[in-house]
Amino acid sequence: MKTFTLNKLMASAAVCMVALSGAASADPHPDAELIIEGELNVKVRAEPAAHLDGAVPEIYSGWLFRTDETRSLQMDDFENPAMLGVEAGQDAWNTVEGAAGKSCADCHGDAAESMKGVRAVMPKVNDNGDLWSTEDYVNNCRTERMEADALKWNSGDLNNMVAYISVQSRGMPVAVQIDGEAEPFWERGKDMYYTRFGQLELSCASCHEENYGMNIRADHLSQGQINGFPTYRLKQGKLISTHNRFRGCIRDTRAESFAMGSQEFRELELYVASRGLGLDTEGVAVRN
Amino acid sequence: MSDVKPRIRLPRTAKAGQAAEIKTLVSHVMETGLRKDSDGNTIPRMIINRFTCEYGGEMVLDMALEGAVSANPYVEFDIMIGEATEVVFTWYEDGGAVYTETKELSFG
Repeated sequence: MKTFTLNKLMASAAVCMVALSGAASADPHPDAELIIEGELNVKVRAEPAAHLDGAVPEIYSGWLFRTDETRSLQMDDFENPAMLGVEAGQDAWNTVEGAAGKSCADCHGDAAESMKGVRAVMPKVNDNGDLWSTEDYVNNCRTERMEADALKWNSGDLNNMVAYISVQSRGMPVAVQIDGEAEPFWERGKDMYYTRFGQLELSCASCHEENYGMNIRADHLSQGQINGFPTYRLKQGKLISTHNRFRGCIRDTRAESFAMGSQEFRELELYVASRGLGLDTEGVAVRN
Repeated sequence: MSDVKPRIRLPRTAKAGQAAEIKTLVSHVMETGLRKDSDGNTIPRMIINRFTCEYGGEMVLDMALEGAVSANPYVEFDIMIGEATEVVFTWYEDGGAVYTETKELSFG
């Protein structure tokens, strides 16, 4: 009995050791094309941006790493559960809130016009020289123009609004600015991407650059692209924000994570978004 | 409940004598009745417990839903198309609320 137990222990130790270096069981899907509603062709593979300097041979949307069933959910707006959030966001867009008696629509009119392309350039340096995510712009409008309360990061209401804004950029190329005034933020985001965190000493790159396509235990690693956020995550059964996923990833390295909406995550968001330059904006995506 | 919103998709064109695929989704929390709030009190069950579809005055689907069904229940099914155009969908909620939607088939 004793030998048996020992053998089993050794076997599981071996499994742990190969967890990261193990055979690639499911690389990104070789030829799937993301066509939403049979009309909108979304680019899910691209040549890497010059700044990546050959770190990866090709860039892939996280969509290509998911199962056939999950991928098909995103090809049909009726089946895409994130569209419920988009609808709720649309309702909120037209709802008057706050002391100023205004709705989003009072200033911005039809989101299909005014918000087109907005998500594709986020996060972005604002007029005061601060790096802002879509959420910051929404909340600034709420507190300054509508005189309403700011929404909590990753709350259903805020994610729904960001989802509604993101959908207006669906199929448009990711177009974040990384030079000029954005450069110092981008550089710090890049440093963070390659910094190892937590007891497991994993950086973003450990999984999403060096080992995408592999399995880390039961998780199929993607390149960690964020062009599909806010994303409906089946595991959580709701829309989640980019920063929520960042926080979860860093927590999973057994580190003390950063707060959603923190400056660190805005900078990381900018850098990770820039790794997706070449892909199209997918928001709102469906993932596992 | 204010956040109950049915969504229905019929085929763009229907043909008599052929099956038509119907997709329905209703936004609903589907509270199981098993959860407790922060004070330890049970949150009462609030689910859609029955969903029906009538076509041409005839019941073509009548299903019972239970507490294990996920939020925002999605139901997809086929019906045989005859002469009638009107399809009536009804969702029954715990507590007696009923939500009805009527859609017209267009024949191609």
